[in-house]
Amino acid sequence: MRVMVVWCPDWPVVAALADEGLPTHLPAAVFSANIVQACNAGARAFGVRRGMRRRDAQSRCPELKVCAAVPDRDTRAFEPVLAAVEELRPGVAPLRPGLLALRAPGRFYGGEPAAAALLAERLVGLGVWDCRIGVADELFTAEQAARRAEPQDCHVIEPGESVPFLRGLPVEAIEDLPDGRDAVSLMRRLGLRTLADLADLRASDVRDRFGAQVAWVHRVVGGDGGVLLATRTPPPELACHVDFEPPLDSAETISFSVRQTADRFVAGLARQQLVCTEVRIAARCEGQTEPASSRVWLHPRWFSAADLVDRLHWQLQGAMRNGPSRAGEVRAPVDRVVLEPVTVVPDAVHADALWGNTDERVERGIARVQGMLGHEAVVRPVLQGGRSPAARQALVPWGERPAGLRPVGPPWPGSIPPPAPSRVLSTPWSAEVIGAAGRPVAVDERGAVTCAPERFRSDPGSGWQPVAAWAGPWPVEELWWEERPRRVARFQVVGVDGRAWLLTCDEGVWWTEAVYD
Amino acid sequence: MGTPTSTASTADTAADTIAQLRSRMARMHDGVPGRALETHPALAGLVQLRAGSSYAVDSASLALALMAGPSATGSWCAVVGVGDFGAEAASALGIDLDRTVLVPEPGDQWIEVTAALVDVVTLVVVRPPGRVPEQVAGKLAARLRKRSVALVAQEATPGDWPRCEVRLTTREPAWTGVGRGDGHLRSRRLLVEAQRGTAPPRRGALWFPAEDQTYCRAEPAVAPARVVEEAS
Repeated sequence: MRVMVVWCPDWPVVAALADEGLPTHLPAAVFSANIVQACNAGARAFGVRRGMRRRDAQSRCPELKVCAAVPDRDTRAFEPVLAAVEELRPGVAPLRPGLLALRAPGRFYGGEPAAAALLAERLVGLGVWDCRIGVADELFTAEQAARRAEPQDCHVIEPGESVPFLRGLPVEAIEDLPDGRDAVSLMRRLGLRTLADLADLRASDVRDRFGAQVAWVHRVVGGDGGVLLATRTPPPELACHVDFEPPLDSAETISFSVRQTADRFVAGLARQQLVCTEVRIAARCEGQTEPASSRVWLHPRWFSAADLVDRLHWQLQGAMRNGPSRAGEVRAPVDRVVLEPVTVVPDAVHADALWGNTDERVERGIARVQGMLGHEAVVRPVLQGGRSPAARQALVPWGERPAGLRPVGPPWPGSIPPPAPSRVLSTPWSAEVIGAAGRPVAVDERGAVTCAPERFRSDPGSGWQPVAAWAGPWPVEELWWEERPRRVARFQVVGVDGRAWLLTCDEGVWWTEAVYD
Repeated sequence: MGTPTSTASTADTAADTIAQLRSRMARMHDGVPGRALETHPALAGLVQLRAGSSYAVDSASLALALMAGPSATGSWCAVVGVGDFGAEAASALGIDLDRTVLVPEPGDQWIEVTAALVDVVTLVVVRPPGRVPEQVAGKLAARLRKRSVALVAQEATPGDWPRCEVRLTTREPAWTGVGRGDGHLRSRRLLVEAQRGTAPPRRGALWFPAEDQTYCRAEPAVAPARVVEEAS
């Protein structure tokens, strides 16, 4: 059985750049734990290498585009490549994002080089410029052949030529195997330079010294050890869409017409014993190719058909609002609505209790309020780390997952010690504080108070009252690396009526931030 | 042998009867025979939350304290019209934030929103935008009784919420730990007054919070003379 391997080098970088819509020639690298995990040719030209620390990489190439490692994104971006190859030849085995194997098509496309050329053309059509193809008798050799091919080209190892080809390779070829780096380092120190040197050792010695992976390579180089490909079944199509002819222009009509499609969507998932917890709803306007309004909705449990129709209704109501023009607005009649599952889970995870759940009742009630006021009006409070009381909490719209929260754990220098204020104002009130003889109170460069506060008022509407006691300042210098750093100092002020306030002095301007009510 | 046992059992039954009668009187006194809800221990003796009643408070921390009891036992709570919810303070009082629903800005529809949430949660905290008409409060009260839900109204000025069972007011807050430019707020002693109808108000001093950041009753100053009496 001949095996064809398609290799897209530096796939994490390609996927990350494609995700942000940037051209592929920019020097970019994907970092995990501040270590370069993958970098592209542009970055390598500056001397960036895998395993390098971030600051070293940036010192060699200051304009390096830094991307975070997101394995999900790599897999997701590779899915169209798999689908395109599957169209030409079923029975594709995805090895990892950026690498796939298939049984080499023989005579159907007129020989292996012709088939490889066709495949490369199809992938370039998808926007994957750098794809290399190798064909050989078995998987390991085919992968090594692909690594030696030129971009968009094919390297064919003729039948029976595998062993001489492999024997000529340097030992560094096996670096990508699990624990390969250590094994290669050990081989170099033992004086093994090529795979031929490795192949000449005894099989039991190799297994004892280098472990199972290298033993497998040893067998392959000896002309044995081909593995069967674990080919995949193409995933079922779960997304649904509905076209309107003629196009519709009212949110109510569109929502009503989508009802059947939503039923079909949920039923299609149910056939696979799945439910959808995250869905992308896109509405396309007449005469356009890109959807005018597209957003991802989350559900704390799972979407029923009625929930989907509700979400579409809210989305369209928001997008069709008359007002100043902004992105994601629907200004023309809609001719297509697409429902695309983003996250699906087995339905057993969300199975109902026998007598129904109380939480489900709560969900319904909250959905009703969301229907009245809009999706973002109902929120859930979440704690996070921060210095000011307002930064230490976040309000997450009901049904969305909180993202980008600061960790509570590490100490936050400059934060106010407990107790926490019971009222945290969402928009601070303008306050005024004066010292003895009406002098203004401010905080100087060194964080000292220029004059003790004597009288204050917490908002312009209330009266002045004397300060009974005060504590502070807690100076915080935010964004000190920017052109205009923000220097604020926080004070706890107790009035003569016994109530306490958290006041902020921001460059001499006073604000009331929170109330100890 | 038999005589003491029978005396004890008679005493027991008598005590039971008295307890029963007392609880019946308490129910009649409360007016609404609603199910008792869990109440924060610091407020024990001042107020007992009952499903189907409404309560008025004048400070945010008292509203959070009333919410803490049901929330800590796993009930859902909703907060309507409070744009300045202090999540950290709520968490410190024992409120389960995962079972808290906030509607910070309901606008003109606050009555409808409150009514919708009354259908699904155990306790609703609401800050009305102004004086609430008697009629609206009456309708909501009927709904509260039907659904067995407690309502806590956080009033801007006393009397905004008519027809509440108990009105809690804070008096004489005194913070400790803060001087003139030194220290930081540590503890607060509060006098809370619970007014039920026209009955004389019940008063209690609370540490809100105490030095160790717990919320508890401040033990009333014990008169030394009485201790001597009991001892002798």
